[in-house]
Amino acid sequence: MANLRPVPAAREFDLAKDSLRDLNLFLHRHAVEQGVSQIRVRNPDGAHSIACGLNADLDVHIHGHVGYYAAGMNKHASVTIHGNAGPGAGENMMSGRVHIKGFASTAAGASAHGGLLVIDGDASLRCGISLKGADIVVGGSVGSFSAFMAQAGRIVICGDAEDALGDSLYEAVIYVRGKVRSLGADARFEPMTDTDRASLRGLLAAAGQPHEPGEFKRVASAKSLYHWNADANQEY
Amino acid sequence: MGGLQREESAGFDRHTIDYIQRAAATGLYEIRGLGAKRRVPNFDDLLFLAASLSRYPLEGYRERCATKTVLGTRFASRPIELAIPITVAGMSFGALSARVKDALGRAATEVGTSTTTGDGGMTAEERAASKTLVYQCLPSRYGFNPDDVRRADAIEIVIGQGAKPGGGGMLLGQKVNPRVARMRTLPEGVDQRSASRHPDWTGPDDLVIKIKELREITDWEKPIYVKVGATRVFNDVKLAVHAGADVIVVDGMQGGTAATQTVFIEHVGIPTLAALRQAVDALDDLNMRGTVQLVISGGIRSGADVAKALAMGADAVAIGQGVLVALGCNSDTYVADGRHISAADEYTQLGTAPGFCHHCHTGKCPVGITTQDPVLELRLEPAVGAKRLKNYLKTLNMELTTIARACGKQDVHHLEKEDLVALTVEAAAMAGVPLAGTSWIPGQPGR
Repeated sequence: MANLRPVPAAREFDLAKDSLRDLNLFLHRHAVEQGVSQIRVRNPDGAHSIACGLNADLDVHIHGHVGYYAAGMNKHASVTIHGNAGPGAGENMMSGRVHIKGFASTAAGASAHGGLLVIDGDASLRCGISLKGADIVVGGSVGSFSAFMAQAGRIVICGDAEDALGDSLYEAVIYVRGKVRSLGADARFEPMTDTDRASLRGLLAAAGQPHEPGEFKRVASAKSLYHWNADANQEY
Repeated sequence: MGGLQREESAGFDRHTIDYIQRAAATGLYEIRGLGAKRRVPNFDDLLFLAASLSRYPLEGYRERCATKTVLGTRFASRPIELAIPITVAGMSFGALSARVKDALGRAATEVGTSTTTGDGGMTAEERAASKTLVYQCLPSRYGFNPDDVRRADAIEIVIGQGAKPGGGGMLLGQKVNPRVARMRTLPEGVDQRSASRHPDWTGPDDLVIKIKELREITDWEKPIYVKVGATRVFNDVKLAVHAGADVIVVDGMQGGTAATQTVFIEHVGIPTLAALRQAVDALDDLNMRGTVQLVISGGIRSGADVAKALAMGADAVAIGQGVLVALGCNSDTYVADGRHISAADEYTQLGTAPGFCHHCHTGKCPVGITTQDPVLELRLEPAVGAKRLKNYLKTLNMELTTIARACGKQDVHHLEKEDLVALTVEAAAMAGVPLAGTSWIPGQPGR
């Protein structure tokens, strides 16, 4: 009877032998057609654009380090990178989950509109730049200009932040646990509310981070740049 | 004796005095719409030689003269095929109303050409109305999403804009209505800043990888354009080719904008004429003419301009301001229920008059084009706008083919630089064609 149990359809790609094009084409078109939802990728060897543009409820595991734009523009899928990620990981993602078990390079989660990006290690410069509604949880620290011009969404930084955190923020909110070297233009610390703590607790749980919301500070926009001429000394 | 002295200063003329006094009164630089108002060398400074004893013309409007234009043949499996080499330039929903985007799509579709989105994303209206729609990927990424990437017919990565290369963009709060705010994920009424740098790549080496990502997402089907504002055009075009662009769009300094600083519009970038020649030189230098297509924009107005651009080496042109004027921008009237209604009062309220208006940034367009105001936007009826634009594009194409026939060409893409001469030394130097009546091309050895 054990043989009759449904087995999740799985497929493995070895990028030492299979091409990136074949992998992405499979993820875009054939996986759903063939009822395959579990995909394992071996030997990524820093290849760029792995698993970008996904548009289905797939569970993709990449074993190794990836180059630029891994899981870029993701929608619906869950992509786990068992290694480090190059620039732009999860850029412009719309939904789903991207989990980087190692470190992330620059611009992780850039302009992401939705979904959850988890980075267990550190993230480099401009993490969450131009964020448009997604959530990002960084287990380690982030580089300078993180959350630059971030419009909406939440960024959780369990470690420290380098210079110019939250420069030119719009409505995105940052929760930072460690030291902040400097805040960017128009960013300011604000008191944590009960809503913040509840929201943060959910994000930490979703990302598997063991910290308590009470350890974090909130950074948001002072909104003094919302109108470009607000400080103008007009005669009339 | 006793009469008024009216000796105007060349350095401190009335325009300059007005500028200084306005700056002193407000402490703000001026922001406005449309393009450069100063005169710079342009296509008017070129003339066609046409047929003569040494060239054989085609017969007026009767003989066939092909205008089919194909863009994106380098890597894309589905290049863009257009009936004419005249396209509608990228203009945003936000700067323009959804009704205008609808009108642009209808007209472009009727004449067999493409239209282009802009900052703020793709509206359902323009996608539905446009048979061929180019989807811009801008630094702000406002409204940019993979569903629309897949819905688009081509992707245009915007590096810069002729009116404001390096300057990013602005959409003042009065135009950020609920729908615009929602599409751009911004608070309603905020003065919106469009970033000047892309968020996820920083230079030409990165651009190579970014383009490949977009190709992977689109399964290598859709052409990838790269648009640059005209500054260091020779180098930029070569870098864009190396980055893997299928099509390069070069936007000269006369190109328009919905809102930017006047100091940018008038003082940054180079004229379209010079930019085009540099772009063609770059493609020639790489032996990429015909492999990578070139679209030129920035102040293209007439069929003569189009013909000259093609003769200099462009594969197509893109038009923004001319398109808006065709819709009724700067008209005395707007059309409602088939009647022309004066918009004079609204121009007066803006402190301007038809023919001079550049107040797109205010969102109070008297003829309902560059507005999000629910009352004003009704002044542009999509069907009326589409008809006018269709007529304009048809006229340009007729003028283009008329000139091409007179030059003996059965295909407008056969127009060539040898068909042109320049009226001024400056234009001759910039365009790289001889001064009329001479064989002299300034700056070229042996001439």
